[in-house]
Amino acid sequence: MSVQAPASGAIPTALDPALLLRIHLTMVRIRQFEQRAIELFMAGELPGFLHSCLGQEAVPAGVCAALREDDYITSTHRGHGHVIAKGLSFDRMMAELYGRTTGYCKGKGGSMHIADFSQGVLGANGIVGAGIPIATGAALSAQMRRSGQVVVAFFGDGATSQGAFHEAANLAAVWNLPVVYVCENNLYAVSTPVSRQMRVNSVAQRAAAYGFPGVTVDGNDPLAVYEAARAAVERARSGGGPTLLECRTYRWMGHYIGDPATYRPAEEVAWWKERDPLALFERKLIETDICSQEEIQRVHEQVRAELEAAIEFARQSPAPAPEDALTDLPQ
Amino acid sequence: MSQLYYRQAIRDALREEMRRDERVFLLGLDIGRFGGTYKATQGLWEEFGDERVRDTPLSEAAIAGAAVGAAMTGMRPVAEIMYMDFITIALDQIANQAAKLTYMSGGQARIPVVFRTQEGAGRSSAAQHAQSLEAWVTHIPGLKVVLPAIPYDAKGLLKTAIRDDGPVVFIEHKLLYGVKGEVPDEEYLIPFGQARIVREGADVTIVALSRMVLKALDAAEELAREGISVEVIDPRTVVPLDLETILASVHKTGRLIVTHEGYTRCGVGAEIATQVVEHSMHALKRPPRRVCGRNVPIPFAPVMENYVIPQAADLVNAVRELMS
Ligand SMILES: Cc1ncc(C[n+]2csc(CCOP(=O)(O)OP(=O)(O)O)c2C)c(N)n1
Ligand SMILES: [Mg+2]
Repeated sequence: MSVQAPASGAIPTALDPALLLRIHLTMVRIRQFEQRAIELFMAGELPGFLHSCLGQEAVPAGVCAALREDDYITSTHRGHGHVIAKGLSFDRMMAELYGRTTGYCKGKGGSMHIADFSQGVLGANGIVGAGIPIATGAALSAQMRRSGQVVVAFFGDGATSQGAFHEAANLAAVWNLPVVYVCENNLYAVSTPVSRQMRVNSVAQRAAAYGFPGVTVDGNDPLAVYEAARAAVERARSGGGPTLLECRTYRWMGHYIGDPATYRPAEEVAWWKERDPLALFERKLIETDICSQEEIQRVHEQVRAELEAAIEFARQSPAPAPEDALTDLPQ
Repeated sequence: MSQLYYRQAIRDALREEMRRDERVFLLGLDIGRFGGTYKATQGLWEEFGDERVRDTPLSEAAIAGAAVGAAMTGMRPVAEIMYMDFITIALDQIANQAAKLTYMSGGQARIPVVFRTQEGAGRSSAAQHAQSLEAWVTHIPGLKVVLPAIPYDAKGLLKTAIRDDGPVVFIEHKLLYGVKGEVPDEEYLIPFGQARIVREGADVTIVALSRMVLKALDAAEELAREGISVEVIDPRTVVPLDLETILASVHKTGRLIVTHEGYTRCGVGAEIATQVVEHSMHALKRPPRRVCGRNVPIPFAPVMENYVIPQAADLVNAVRELMS
């Protein structure tokens, strides 16, 4: 699968500058959170393991900008970006990464399992593909409750080889459910390139098997992602059924922090880093006079301050007691 | 003798069996050039190539099912399920197909397949990457279940598993891959159904699975300083189970502790304790004790994770109670 370089075209004039700035802020938040999380992990402050979404910021930022606050998402092992874009706060996320009682899951879940049902985050997931049927079920519920909510399932290219993906997609088609399947195609599942995962030329093609639209967009262009997501979300909300949205992107880091990722050619990594979704978007924002370099700088500084405060909050938060392990089972 | 890591022992067993029998091949996620998540297959793709070390798409049901189909028709596949937690996705092929097809076909099907996987907590991997689910497969008639605790056993038992004509679930432990032990340079096989007496003792029998064998040894060492003599037994295979060795030990000590990371409720330890009671209740001076995983999902934060998984200190306490 080859991927086109992001179009360097102008920003569609129809887009509200406030929306563009919101998408930008989300991308900065994801970028900085991921960078600091890697540093903290390498310094030995965070237990467990860490899957970084550095380089993929445009996808969650673009998709979640098309969602209502009461819409739902399901997320993955590489999920920090999704939940930040859906509105979760740094402090409780960081506290979860540190395994503290103030974390979103009281230290029971960690990096891979962040959830906040009050904000529509139905959970990140350690089982690849497992969020897809769950999102489909949430969409069924939205349809049955006539709530007008839409559900987004985020997942990777690898997940589309799971039966769970195919079974859920077919069910959503048959029942015409308000769900958008967002595949972050970062060209690898751990060490396995997409060319060794599937014979179709795009993940989007898989939708044809179930009878709903499949669309491929440049996943490093937040506006392309946003436009496609908005169309899919509108379709879902108005009773048009599911869409499969494939966003071509790239993870800058190894599969997990510590994976040297020697299975990827250096030129390929360099090619994609050249197409840094955040840097490209910021250049566009400046070129089209949406904001100035100084304003962008200020956004970065504000986010940095918020993040450092969140890290302090996490560090100062109490660790759970051993016996806390026994609470929170289903009643 | 060589000092080898557990992961090297696994790899050597695979390599030797692949050299010996060209029907043996591997399939699973990232087992080829990448060498497997825990590097147990590193170097095999270089020697045997794409044909016999097959990276698959992310499809556990197809991995397990393809292995069953290949095994029924003349191949001897070793399928890897990256984490035992993901066996859920493959379980129909393992429990309803591999385990039953020989029986349902009136003895026709021969299914020489090995499902290799790894279990265990201790890395803050949380609830979906740390479970020890050996009880699930132990429950199903038709499957053999192997849990090696040391490199020597890992190699000898894996070779036996590959030569076995039925389905075998071979369960490694993620925190044992980096543990070293003595492995003979010459070829050897370890038969299934023979427990290993890891340490002899007179007062209490601890039957330990997988990594708990190492913790049981630590506990035994500490208790020895108090004058309590602990016998540690590793069944090595829970199906078939070497009950004889366990009973002989219990007849000597009169006290039994079973220990594993898997959940206490309906765990393999409950089965072992029940069999001991059925056969030798009168040899027991005290009721048997389970020192096993607590009946909750595995939490992320280390303090909680360490609490739900049995530790050497828990074994020490349990032994002291049985002795008091
Ligand atoms: C059912 C299951 N199988 C295997 C794994 C191990 N695993 C975790 S992430 C991953 C690759 C996922 O690839 P993809 O869906 O493309 O997402 P990406 O990591 O590229 O974001 C694998 C194999 C898992 N967590 N769950
Ligand atoms: Mg991927």
